Amino acid sequence: MMDFPLLSVLVWLPILGGVTLLVMEALGFPDIRPTALIVALATFLLSMLLYTNFDMNTASMQFQELAPWIAAFKVNYHLGVDGISMPLIILTTFTTVLVVLAGWEVIKHKIGQYMAAFLIMEGLMNGVFAALDAVLFYVFWEAMLVPMFLIIGVWGGPRRVYATIKFFLYTFLGSVFMLVALIYMHLQSGAFGILDFHRLPLGMTEQILIFLAFLMAFAVKVPMWPVHTWLPDAHVEAPTGGSVILAAIMLKIGGYGFLRFSLPITPDASHALDWLIILMSLVAVVYIGFVALVQEDMKKLIAYSSIAHMGFVTLGIFLVFTLLDNTGSTQGAALGMEGGMVQMISHGFISGALFLCVGVLYDRLHSRQISDYGGVVNTMPVFAAFMVMFALANAGLPGTSGFVGEFMVILASFKANFWFALLAATTLILGAAYSLWLVKRVIFGEIANDGVRQLEDINKREFTILASLAAVVLLFGLWPAPLIEIMHASVDNLLAHVSVSKLPHETGLVLLGAGN
Amino acid sequence: MNIALSEFAPLSTEIFVLTMACIILIVDVFLSEQHRIVSYVLSLATLLVAALISGSMLDNETAVVLNGTFVSDPMAALLKTSIFLITFGVFMYSRAYLVARGIFSGEYYVLGLFAVLGMMVLVSAHNLLTIYLGLELLSLSLYALVAFNRDSADASEAAMKYFVLGALASGMLLYGISMLYGSTGSLDIAEITTAISASDEMGIIQIFALCFIVVGLAFKFGAVPFHMWVPDVYHGAPTPVTLFIGSAPKIAAFAMALRLLEQTLGGLSADWQDMLTILAVLSLAIGNVIAIAQSNIKRMLAYSTISHVGFLLLGLIAGTDEGYSAAMFYAITYALMAIGGFGMIILLSRAGFEADRLDDFKGLNERSPWFALMMLILMFSMAGVPPTVGFYAKLSVLQAVIHVDMVWLAVTAVFFSIIGAFYYIRVIKLMYFDEPETAEPLRPSTDLQIVMSLNGLAVLGLGVFPGGLLTLCAAVLA
Repeated sequence: MMDFPLLSVLVWLPILGGVTLLVMEALGFPDIRPTALIVALATFLLSMLLYTNFDMNTASMQFQELAPWIAAFKVNYHLGVDGISMPLIILTTFTTVLVVLAGWEVIKHKIGQYMAAFLIMEGLMNGVFAALDAVLFYVFWEAMLVPMFLIIGVWGGPRRVYATIKFFLYTFLGSVFMLVALIYMHLQSGAFGILDFHRLPLGMTEQILIFLAFLMAFAVKVPMWPVHTWLPDAHVEAPTGGSVILAAIMLKIGGYGFLRFSLPITPDASHALDWLIILMSLVAVVYIGFVALVQEDMKKLIAYSSIAHMGFVTLGIFLVFTLLDNTGSTQGAALGMEGGMVQMISHGFISGALFLCVGVLYDRLHSRQISDYGGVVNTMPVFAAFMVMFALANAGLPGTSGFVGEFMVILASFKANFWFALLAATTLILGAAYSLWLVKRVIFGEIANDGVRQLEDINKREFTILASLAAVVLLFGLWPAPLIEIMHASVDNLLAHVSVSKLPHETGLVLLGAGN
Repeated sequence: MNIALSEFAPLSTEIFVLTMACIILIVDVFLSEQHRIVSYVLSLATLLVAALISGSMLDNETAVVLNGTFVSDPMAALLKTSIFLITFGVFMYSRAYLVARGIFSGEYYVLGLFAVLGMMVLVSAHNLLTIYLGLELLSLSLYALVAFNRDSADASEAAMKYFVLGALASGMLLYGISMLYGSTGSLDIAEITTAISASDEMGIIQIFALCFIVVGLAFKFGAVPFHMWVPDVYHGAPTPVTLFIGSAPKIAAFAMALRLLEQTLGGLSADWQDMLTILAVLSLAIGNVIAIAQSNIKRMLAYSTISHVGFLLLGLIAGTDEGYSAAMFYAITYALMAIGGFGMIILLSRAGFEADRLDDFKGLNERSPWFALMMLILMFSMAGVPPTVGFYAKLSVLQAVIHVDMVWLAVTAVFFSIIGAFYYIRVIKLMYFDEPETAEPLRPSTDLQIVMSLNGLAVLGLGVFPGGLLTLCAAVLA
């Protein structure tokens, strides 16, 4: 099994599939949707091999592939996954299948290019999660912008051009400074391997600067307050599939970046500046929660709720230093980080599901305004059940996956600092408020207008999409153990790594037990 | 003075191109209008054979011949090969345009070949007079080419402007060279280097000479503040000529800069690095910012050239072999992107219609998804987005700059490249998100389709596998 280049297949199969779709459309094939679905399904099934063959007892990289790529820069084609990246790859392949299905009847204009963009995107995102070489990572990271730029711009809403250019420039701005940091570290370490960077000793000033460069890239991607403003625009204007991919996966790449780059490469700077991230996260949770409450547009509401939920991810990740100081062991610190990661995966499913729900409504009435709906439950009872369930999951109802991550992070923040926990816990109120109020206004009540009266309930295709998401949300809500087990070894290893200072010995201190 | 016959071997490419240019000039006279294609095919064949000859000289030892006026080294072989291949693309792009406008005559190709010869001399110069000779041969051919469409008032104006400013710049360069001659007593590159390193203190005259030489170089590059001619000439010249001016001569200009600054005035590197830093930062800033305000794509690409020159200069500023090879890679790949960008204008144009407004790119994806994709690749490459070759060009330059601890310069460069990204993606926006203004179907000729597709795929292919060319650029300087 180890000889089979599984990760390469997961990266290149969808990309080649996408190119094939473009060729097929150019040659005038009548229906290319089945091919897109077959490619997406095949990729998803292959990605399950990652899970079945994954060794949960080791933190080292698995399924590794290594080949020289650009000799002049010592850049290698190096792929590999650990417990942090593997779940994200499966999330990507799973979501892409749903996105292909979601665009099945809705997209009329250039459907070949549409499906191709999503498949190419899938391959690139898998590449981001699997890359163990900084240049390879950066290439996938930036290349990812291209299909997304087109998806929003070509198939988006009325203000799509503004939204997509803002999206592109924002993310480009964030990432170019990361490139400078990567080159700097390459010159220090003599290689572009991410694992080499982990071992690279760096002084405090260098660490702070590199940390800030990474922060610009990842904070824009997550997105963290105050660089979140591109997200509501991009979400609102993107077609349903684009919103799903944005919310479910692209945001996670920011969180993944913190785990793969910021923490292990610049542990001392992360420690010194963790207050900044915690502050930004708490502002996102509280302030953006309130902003979500007053939205009139369903997609905007979910977009703001995404920012608030991603605040939990960054909060959980950066609580580790306070926890290490307070508890003195990596055991306690693991709670926050694992909570953040579970939250990432869970939010991927839930926000994706909510955007698909909005898509279902939008396809029928062509409006995203909350005020245009009301009493949908009367005409679409099956759909209403799903939407209520996802809204409750979004509010963190126990029994759904939304609860697990939030609960772990809040628990961890109690151990760290009472005030962190208090502020973080406001999400339980705010999240419930905006999710339930949304449901109340859209789903329940009297039938608001003729449009709603003529709604037809979801068809088999839509049912399949929503039901599979619902199953996953419940599965991980009731039995999150498999997910956490996968992460465990990698998280422990990461924590052990960040708890040791990289500073030279005379000034350095082992952070464990240093206290503050 | 006696010159052994064997000394002509390193000149075989030059001799071949010169002979062929003369032959084509004569043959063309006897061709009737419908057989004009013969000149075109002969020119293409000349470039291809020349590329093969110079390509085979890549591994040759460095040889200085003709009493030290001419050098044949691996760098020259690589640069000449690139110039031939780029010009090959230029000629292929041009034919349909010239035919449609009734100016498809042999002179275009003959002048083009003489310009190529000038570039070759420039690339292989080992004496300041050889540099000047090559430069003038190149420039005079280009002046004539700009004025080639004699019925166009814009083109005549552009040619006049180009000629006057170009002559001024040549004068500056020549003045600098004369001062250098006065202070060192030689025009030979090697002898000047020895003389400069032998003198302990730098004479003020050498600094003056350096200033004038840098001005001359900056003009040829089109670096701010010596860039004023670039937008006007790019705009006024017939598109196939813009295509030519904007591509291969940048490679030659790089060679000239390397021969003059690094090989001749290496002893004064601290001084010219400071000068180039100012030029580079200004070019990056002005080029990228002003490009945003353009509605004509030729002018936009002209300002884009200026900003790319700024990036290229960064490699020279680094002043290391790493930096020079990065700048070389940048020059070659930029030329490849530039012919694609201007080539697309030709592809969209037809008789009586110049597709040189940005709005002419509206809805290209509706009219031709394939060529829209090619332009998408080219634009993202110019913006430096992977996986296109433009990204590696920027990466290698940034790496060289950071390596000499000029992180601030790298940060400035990437900052302006974000601004630059805006006007490139605006072209993509027009092609993909807007409705076409005309329903006129695209009917590019076969050679145009082939060269456009090859061009776009080369930019993508070199982006996925940049290793070979990067290694080659580093190897020829070693």
